[in-house]
Amino acid sequence: MSATATAEPEVSTTPVGPVSSKSTKTFMQKLRRDWGLLLFALPGVLVILCFQYIPLLGNVIAFKDYQPFIGILDSDWVAFDNFSILFNGDPAFLNALKNTMIITFLQLLFTFPVPIVLALLMNSLISNGFKRAVQSILYLPHFLSWVVVVALFQHVLGYNGPLENFMAAIGGPAPEIIGNPGFFKPLLVLQDIWKNAGWGTILFLAALSGIDQNLYEAAAVDGASRWRQLWHVTLPGIRPVVILILILRIGDILSVGFEQIVLQQPAVGLEASEVLDTYVYNNGIIGGEWGISAAVGLVKGVIGVILVLGANKLAHMFGEAGIYQGAAK
Amino acid sequence: MTANAHLVSEEVEELHNREPKGKSLYVGHKAPWHIEAIKVVILGICCLAVIGPFVMVLSTSFADPVQIGRGGGLVLWPENPSWEAYRAIFAGGQVTRALLISVFVTVVGTFVSLMVTAMLAYALSRKQMLFNKIILMGLLLTMLFSAGMIPLYLTVKGFGLLDSLWSLIIPVAVSAFNTIVMRQFFQNLPDDLTEAASIDGASEMRIFFSIILPLSKPILAAIGLFYAVNYWNTFFSALLYINDQEKYPIQLVLRQYLINNQAIGVDIDLMGELPPPQPALQMAILVVSLVPIACVYPFLQKHFTKGMLTGAVKG
Repeated sequence: MSATATAEPEVSTTPVGPVSSKSTKTFMQKLRRDWGLLLFALPGVLVILCFQYIPLLGNVIAFKDYQPFIGILDSDWVAFDNFSILFNGDPAFLNALKNTMIITFLQLLFTFPVPIVLALLMNSLISNGFKRAVQSILYLPHFLSWVVVVALFQHVLGYNGPLENFMAAIGGPAPEIIGNPGFFKPLLVLQDIWKNAGWGTILFLAALSGIDQNLYEAAAVDGASRWRQLWHVTLPGIRPVVILILILRIGDILSVGFEQIVLQQPAVGLEASEVLDTYVYNNGIIGGEWGISAAVGLVKGVIGVILVLGANKLAHMFGEAGIYQGAAK
Repeated sequence: MTANAHLVSEEVEELHNREPKGKSLYVGHKAPWHIEAIKVVILGICCLAVIGPFVMVLSTSFADPVQIGRGGGLVLWPENPSWEAYRAIFAGGQVTRALLISVFVTVVGTFVSLMVTAMLAYALSRKQMLFNKIILMGLLLTMLFSAGMIPLYLTVKGFGLLDSLWSLIIPVAVSAFNTIVMRQFFQNLPDDLTEAASIDGASEMRIFFSIILPLSKPILAAIGLFYAVNYWNTFFSALLYINDQEKYPIQLVLRQYLINNQAIGVDIDLMGELPPPQPALQMAILVVSLVPIACVYPFLQKHFTKGMLTGAVKG
């Protein structure tokens, strides 16, 4: 055993060692050397190809009059006919676009700041035990499915729920929160905050703990009050992370929670709740308008990619300000 | 080798433990007690808003018909707690079947995802491998775009996966982000071990299964939990691909009974008692669907927090 072990290295280190640079090997030699590894990669590569890249090609149906019985390949080309829905003032589409924009705006305005405020509150607590307890509780809803979250809201705030009973007991007006089209968008924001705000604090907490403690001491020596310390030390300290997350959020502007909305759509009607994703679902998967809904989905996807790329570029520009160092410490 | 494994995992622990032990921020001025009290009250209310609904859900699932008949919907505390609602939903109807289906999807899905992800990540961690750059690029690009609902649906249909439980697993089997995280982990393992093994003539298969995987338990656990929660919560895929009610996973059944308020049948011997009321049945289903999440949550919290931080640090 030991004899072979000492004899072999000269033979077998050469192929795997760093000496064997790319240029010295032909394609076939490398293939022979790496086939084991390539076999390892194969299942993953197949999944990615079949369910990410083939569907990408499947977007050609946006340019076709797709008939399920004929198949994608044999359906007639119709050029940009399916895209006319975007421009001909179709009321259903315009409604979906309007709702999407309103919900995104509400989310940016109300959902986005909540984790920052929560993180500031949690970080400045004196008691570490209480802080940890708060964290364990507030992170929890992030791991629940939207079905569970929507069900909880319906049963707590809705018909015959504790809120209604409470209002009846004190003689107040019946709350019309669930199933009320007028309150649907604020309700979405509320649910989003309930589910994700706690979890959203993690990055901000990391950034907060990365702030140099000496800055606070220096500020305190200079006589800065606690509010001034917050304004001049804490907020500048987390600004890079806030900007980064805001930028990354921009890529998702046109996606406003498909699962969350599709679950509640029957209760409030399309007028108040239809967004681009549900428009694609309702008209395509349910309604069989394959071409048109694929076209809407494609445009949404392309705008999404452009926004993501643009946001990435911006993030890199701000990245030089030391975002990652801030979060790392 | 076990000693080495310890070393590596300690190193990783060390990497993750950079989260400081939270000192008070305001060094100069200790916060006056009333400000601290206000903060505690605000955060306490937030925690109540999260915990409160669960307490009511749990209580209602044990409540008896008389109490619910008096109060209507949810109750704060069950006066005569009974297991009848749980007995009814476990009597072998749709809820039982959906739970079994979800358990199957979660267990099999997590296993498949972990294997496929780990194997891909391992191959990609060997930088000299043929096609490494192309595969890595192809993987990274999937984080930028998504093909869209309609083409994805038609693809899944084209593969004949509609109404098959595999449609809930295979299309989402590999996450690019998880693969990258795992690849990073493999790259940080010391090369000596694999080199020594390959000198001894061990095949890639053998190196992977008897050296790499045992060393990677922490990362496998973390990413496995991530996959498992996603499989348990799977709703979008099921909504799209599963039409057959016999194959509904638990999330679709939850929607059916708790959001669309379909009446739940009771098929047990009541022995002259009143049947458990609908709210109790609904909440019992909800509680049961939450049990797996509650079981893994302590581990999740630990791993996820670390994962998020590593993700943020590495960019």
